[in-house]
Amino acid sequence: MKKKLSIFFALLLVASMVLAACGGNNAEEPKPSDEGKQETPAKEQVLNLLESSEIPSLDTTLATDSVSFRVMNNVFEGLYRLDQNNEPTPGMAESYEVSEDGKVYTFKLRDAKWSNGEPVTANDFVFAWRKALDPNTGAEYAYIMYDIKNAEEVNTGKVPVDQLGVKAIDEKTLQVELKNPIPYFLSLLAFPTFYPQNEKYVKEQGDKYGLEANTTIYNGPFVLSEWKHEQSFQLKKNEQYWDAQTVKLETINFNIVKDVATGVNLYETNKADRVGLSAEFVDKYSSDKNFKTKTEPVLFYIRMNQKNEVLKNVNARKAIAMGFDKEAMVATILNNGSKAANYLVPEGFVKGPNGKDFREENGDLLTFNAEEAKKYWEQAKKELGKDKVTLELLNYDSESAKKIGEFLKEQLETNLPGLTINIKQQPFKQKLDLESKMQYELSFTGWGPDYKDAMTFIDLFVTNGAHNQTGWSNAEYDKLVKDAKTTLLSDLQARWDAMVKAEKILLDEAVIAPMYQRGSAYLEREYVKGIVDHPFGPDNSYKWAYIE
Amino acid sequence: MARYTLQRLIYMIITLFIIATATFFLMKLLPGSPLQNQEKLSPEQQKIILEKYGLNDPVPVQYVRYLGNLVKGDLGVSFQYDNRPVTQLIGDRIGPSAQLGFQALVFGTIVGILLGVIAAVRHNTAVDYGATVLAVLGISIPSFVFGGLLQYYIGVKLKLLPVAFWDGFEYTIMPTLALSVFVIASIARFMRTEMLEVLGSDYILTARAKGISGFGVIFKHGLRNAMIPIITILGPMAVNLMTGTLVIEQIFAVPGLGEQFVRSINLNDYPVIMGTTIFYSALFIFVIFIVDVLYGLIDPRIRLAGGKK
Repeated sequence: MKKKLSIFFALLLVASMVLAACGGNNAEEPKPSDEGKQETPAKEQVLNLLESSEIPSLDTTLATDSVSFRVMNNVFEGLYRLDQNNEPTPGMAESYEVSEDGKVYTFKLRDAKWSNGEPVTANDFVFAWRKALDPNTGAEYAYIMYDIKNAEEVNTGKVPVDQLGVKAIDEKTLQVELKNPIPYFLSLLAFPTFYPQNEKYVKEQGDKYGLEANTTIYNGPFVLSEWKHEQSFQLKKNEQYWDAQTVKLETINFNIVKDVATGVNLYETNKADRVGLSAEFVDKYSSDKNFKTKTEPVLFYIRMNQKNEVLKNVNARKAIAMGFDKEAMVATILNNGSKAANYLVPEGFVKGPNGKDFREENGDLLTFNAEEAKKYWEQAKKELGKDKVTLELLNYDSESAKKIGEFLKEQLETNLPGLTINIKQQPFKQKLDLESKMQYELSFTGWGPDYKDAMTFIDLFVTNGAHNQTGWSNAEYDKLVKDAKTTLLSDLQARWDAMVKAEKILLDEAVIAPMYQRGSAYLEREYVKGIVDHPFGPDNSYKWAYIE
Repeated sequence: MARYTLQRLIYMIITLFIIATATFFLMKLLPGSPLQNQEKLSPEQQKIILEKYGLNDPVPVQYVRYLGNLVKGDLGVSFQYDNRPVTQLIGDRIGPSAQLGFQALVFGTIVGILLGVIAAVRHNTAVDYGATVLAVLGISIPSFVFGGLLQYYIGVKLKLLPVAFWDGFEYTIMPTLALSVFVIASIARFMRTEMLEVLGSDYILTARAKGISGFGVIFKHGLRNAMIPIITILGPMAVNLMTGTLVIEQIFAVPGLGEQFVRSINLNDYPVIMGTTIFYSALFIFVIFIVDVLYGLIDPRIRLAGGKK
């Protein structure tokens, strides 16, 4: 019996060692990516990447997600595309003329071909744009075209599609009429919803268009040469592309990998050249020479419902906005290149006619300051005649949102005496619903830009705007936004100043409590060069990428 | 037998109909809309798009329309994968899931039975304890931990097998192992218990008395009777395994069906929720039917009710 027992314990010991090995994972080996050094990087122009999901769509009028947009930006091309500096550079367009009032653009198209040999014509644009706005298409990004004359009317079914302000003068000339002379129209054209589609081909394919690699035609730097659903897809250089001499990569292999740890393991075994990291991997790799971070112009903030008696009080809002340590939040919880934000319009997103970044104009507003926050809070409590306040924070079920929710609760309850925060965690869709019905008190929210202009952030909070959802209304702010969208379009500096002023009003009244600007961390092999990350629209361009 | 089968078939269709109906109405209680870009759209814009998909109609109208299409075999098109038919979506993904599930099931069953039998025969010895410890570990270690460990040590450290992807048999080995751990453990436990009971029964004693070899007794007389509860758990387990497992498929980047169900619920992709539910239920009901038939084949004492009339 003794012997049996000892064997039993020996087995237990083995088992505990197996289990302990799970824990050992993190602690024992800080030796990432040394293997990479010994292997000579292939000079072959093949890039191996991972993608986080199957491509949801190849139909430019229907796509809504970053995976689709990323593929589209590399296999299709609009009139313009974003260059290495994120400025619009001619794509299918060769040149353009604009009328004096800035409302009529006439584009001259270059000699470019679809991958089936058909020429890209002005009609391809007319067809695709009408399709996107046709209410029967149900395009979720149709609104991004609303600056075109009659676009909104077409999309809401008030006028027929042929009334849309876009026409093909001849095969190579496209005329676009705008509702307002917006200054950012060219960069808007780089967005996939504005890409062309070949009418004849799309109609031939019918329901199958965009569903397979060989039921789609391409006009971009690459073609989709292979698509194994849910598994992998492959881009090959498009020899027919008008600027094929610039494109150096021959092949880009994408494998679909949803698990971050798996991605890291694939990177370690040289199966992937670039891989995104989540917070738990950042510590392990932050000293690696291939570790990189980027900051995106996506702002996360706390929305405050002013239908709530407490949050209607400006001092209470200021107290909340200044009452939590944003630097600690980005350093300890996110830890991935995210930046503490004391603003609405993100840093490094837009420059004004004076060449200054938007952030240089207004600087930091609502910076963390525990003492100031407490003062505002005491003031608010006095005005409200309350000693104890309970607020509910509407949150959703993503990993980082959960952690940040906990952090906010702890910080605000510590810094603002008498405040209790209850966290209400909901599925993301439910959170959106509750916000739009204004059934929340505080809510964890984010916003990314739709086009390269500060207006994409500034006009969020106009009175009764669809995205306002705070109940805030300010006549001066409304007027500034309206002017910037209409009368000031002829004076871009004045327009810029108006937007700067609008942001100041918004944050002086602490309508929102800015938290952070999103960042992301990734590993990229040293032989990978020239992948361009775009801060808005599609995330990446591989047109200029190469292997060294 | 034919009448019984027909009867069962009708019950199966009714069950499926009830499941489809319940799922449809429960699904409509999910908050939010199926729009992917919901946070950027104003209520009016959302309405325009939902109109196109007939989602502004009253739920009963949508239900009747859905059933009409279902009868015609049309499961609709996905919202998240624009315009892709749900049947194709399932068809593209079921292959790898089914292959992995099948491999794990076969491997796991064989190893599990062997382990269980050995434990029962060597009852109360170190071998038995070892097998029991293994079984307990197999049931209690989550498959993602085991999968992660396999991937890290065998794939990254030892470089014996590919870390992930789906490109031939060698790519299926680690996910199969990870999946089969639970199968091995469950079956070994059942097998041990059943075998012990069977080996202690009178007819085994008779068989031994007749002078049949130990091996023959165990495999010919013992195993067959001990298999009955195994068949019971094997059916549902097969369905579970072969329709894909979220975690293992994610860890090893297997292009399977596992994630679709959860994902479609999160995204309110109604046609995919319905399609995967119906597919899963149909398979489940069918397997239960097969298990019932198998009972009769394995154990003559169990005969299908109604068959003799």
